[in-house]
Amino acid sequence: MEANKFAVNGSDKKSLKIALVGNPNSGKTTLFNALTGLSQKTGNFPGVTVDKKSGFIKLNNTVIAEFIDLPGTYSLYPKSLDEQVTYEVLCDKNNADHPDITIVVIDASNLKRNLFLLSQIIDLKMPVILVLNMMDLVEKEGDTIDNKKLSEILGIKVISICARNSSGIGEIKQALLEPIVVPQYDFIDVKKLAPEAISKIAEVVNVKSNFDAFQIINNFHQLNFFSTRTEDKNKIAEILTASNLDFNSIQSQETVERYKKINTIAKECITHKLKAKKESFTHKLDNILTHRVGGYVIFLGILFLIFQTLFFLAALPTEWIENFFVSITNYSSQHLPKGELTDLFINGVLAGLGGIVVFIPQIALLFAFIAILEDTGYMARVSFIMDKLMRKFGLNGRSVIPLISGVACAIPAIMSTRTIGNRKERIITIMVTPLMSCSARLPVYTLLISLIVPKTSGFFNYQGLVLMSLYLIGFIAAITAAFVMKRIIKSTEKSYFIMELPVYRLPQLKTIGFTILDKVKIFLFDAGKIILAISIILWFLSSHAPGNRFAEIEKKYSTVEVLTTTSASELNYKIASEKLGASYAGIVGKAIEPVIAPLGFDWKIGIALVTSFAAREVFVGTMATIYSLGDSNNTQTIGQKMSAEINPKTGLPKFTVAIGFSLLLFYAFAMQCMSTLAVVYHETRNWKWPVIQFLYMGALAYITSLFVYQLFS
Amino acid sequence: MSMLLKNLAQLKIGEKAVISSFSDNHIALRLLEMGCTPGEVIEIDRIAPLGDPIAVLVSGYLLSLRKADAATIMVSLPVVNN
Repeated sequence: MEANKFAVNGSDKKSLKIALVGNPNSGKTTLFNALTGLSQKTGNFPGVTVDKKSGFIKLNNTVIAEFIDLPGTYSLYPKSLDEQVTYEVLCDKNNADHPDITIVVIDASNLKRNLFLLSQIIDLKMPVILVLNMMDLVEKEGDTIDNKKLSEILGIKVISICARNSSGIGEIKQALLEPIVVPQYDFIDVKKLAPEAISKIAEVVNVKSNFDAFQIINNFHQLNFFSTRTEDKNKIAEILTASNLDFNSIQSQETVERYKKINTIAKECITHKLKAKKESFTHKLDNILTHRVGGYVIFLGILFLIFQTLFFLAALPTEWIENFFVSITNYSSQHLPKGELTDLFINGVLAGLGGIVVFIPQIALLFAFIAILEDTGYMARVSFIMDKLMRKFGLNGRSVIPLISGVACAIPAIMSTRTIGNRKERIITIMVTPLMSCSARLPVYTLLISLIVPKTSGFFNYQGLVLMSLYLIGFIAAITAAFVMKRIIKSTEKSYFIMELPVYRLPQLKTIGFTILDKVKIFLFDAGKIILAISIILWFLSSHAPGNRFAEIEKKYSTVEVLTTTSASELNYKIASEKLGASYAGIVGKAIEPVIAPLGFDWKIGIALVTSFAAREVFVGTMATIYSLGDSNNTQTIGQKMSAEINPKTGLPKFTVAIGFSLLLFYAFAMQCMSTLAVVYHETRNWKWPVIQFLYMGALAYITSLFVYQLFS
Repeated sequence: MSMLLKNLAQLKIGEKAVISSFSDNHIALRLLEMGCTPGEVIEIDRIAPLGDPIAVLVSGYLLSLRKADAATIMVSLPVVNN
């Protein structure tokens, strides 16, 4: 790990770590995007699965700044894992991400509540700059904020910006090059709230300020970094027991004191325009969007529109990508020398790559929609109108966002459950979120639907309708499972739901763009790596066999009798198909066939089910590999190959409606995602939950598929 | 002018009151840092379609909370004598 303070890079180069902190909805991420642009990358904070966005920018020839976007928080009393990260990065001097400079971003149209966090950060005594964001909203209201006065009172630099139009960004960069003031006063005197304990703690551990000691008192069980010595910890524990403090009470006193001072500051610095009270735009829009009938109709309508549009808009680019891969596959097979390596390249690498890239249009579009819903402020309204309903099922209004995000990917969705304060509601949300149809199922759905549902022209198509039903089925399964778990899981903890309803704003292209870029990157490089690796392993398994099985098959077909009675292409197909059956992959598929046969699945699908456990979309790649092996010229897409497959027993197309729906529902319910299970363990810190999740979802999938197949066939 | 003490959940849409105290210490901490401090004016902006949660205007922004949470906020209303 590099040193925190002004790490020297080369001879005279300096690198600065700069943290962006602020309330949720303060426009912190918009500012981060404006500052870092395309140089940003997403990683993880060490040891936790909280997303860490950072980006490097050259401030001038000698100074490089690393900006870190810390999770939004209302205070330095962490109530969720995300807030805990922000807290630790700011308070722990030895944290790898501890900043040299902290920029506190504030929604200026909501000054008082936003100043609260700043007031706590001031008491941490570190270099800090205040950025007043959303000045456009303040001006629209006709209010004015006296910047200079605010800066004088707070004793720190204050910069007014509007991150949405990137105004004021240059000023921030300039300010970072100048010396940054470290506040030298206490915003409020916390010592009087617990005088004895604070002075005693200061004797045990090295604290920078009274507020540090006060933090130790209030967050003792969450603190590891002030002192790692058990000896000190025991001493502190003793002090706290002896002090007989009412922690709730001193914390509320601190908060009240801070707000008292903030109120006087606000009075001095804000001038409100005297105006006739008129209904705000947000109020009027809320009248419609949270209407007791209209609100739900609009919500369903929006979902309907999203899925129709998704199918409609993604169709063309998806086709282009498919055709592109068909043509390079053809070109390669014609121009590359025949052999093992070429075979690996075409049937392993190209088949796998094609299977990944083809889903980018759908994933990009879906995340674009989710970003729009979030960015406009509508998602919060969805939580608002759904909370009571969700509570009946053991969930929380805040569960709606993870559930809807689960439509994109269960992994970030499960990570976003951290905003649910109640443990039982959070566990239930985590347990049922993977039942929501994620984007990894989309390729599987798309492929199977195109095989069994007729295409109709126009915007309103049956394929889109079946797709939407699958998403609905996933949702119904999720809330039903939640309802059952609500009865089973015990809890004495109180449930609460306290959430800001941000003002409505137009969505920003930049935010949407970065979200798409981010998610597509994650899909391509994280999921993509696994898919590519598996498709290569699969290629090996399906093109190699134990012993000399392949040689025997070739010998069998090389007799004069066979050569004269069958055409060359038919012969090739027969050999390839028999070879696949004899290969390692065929052996595995055939081994599980008895178990999955009642669901209508044969050993080829069996191979795909096994490989899908790495990630569901691997199903398509597997099918691609299996079917490209059965074909000497790769001119058809996987869908065409699958629909051309004939069932040897009936002489009819193999992918009947019964098998198609059985497979669709199996994929809708089964827990076939290693990464999700890993995240569930990470978030719950207990193997019990991922194990239960795997078993209950598997049972649900098996029973439903069995029922559907037996009913339709 | 005398004051009438109620809890926030008892207010109707459009009614304004002044926060006086909290009956649940744990929830109070979250409410306090969200700007619901004693002395602040709080106004019921709307009630969710299913009757719960509610949205209130406080400290210059819109906050939603469940009725059960709102019931822990004690507020005082001016009494109009006729």
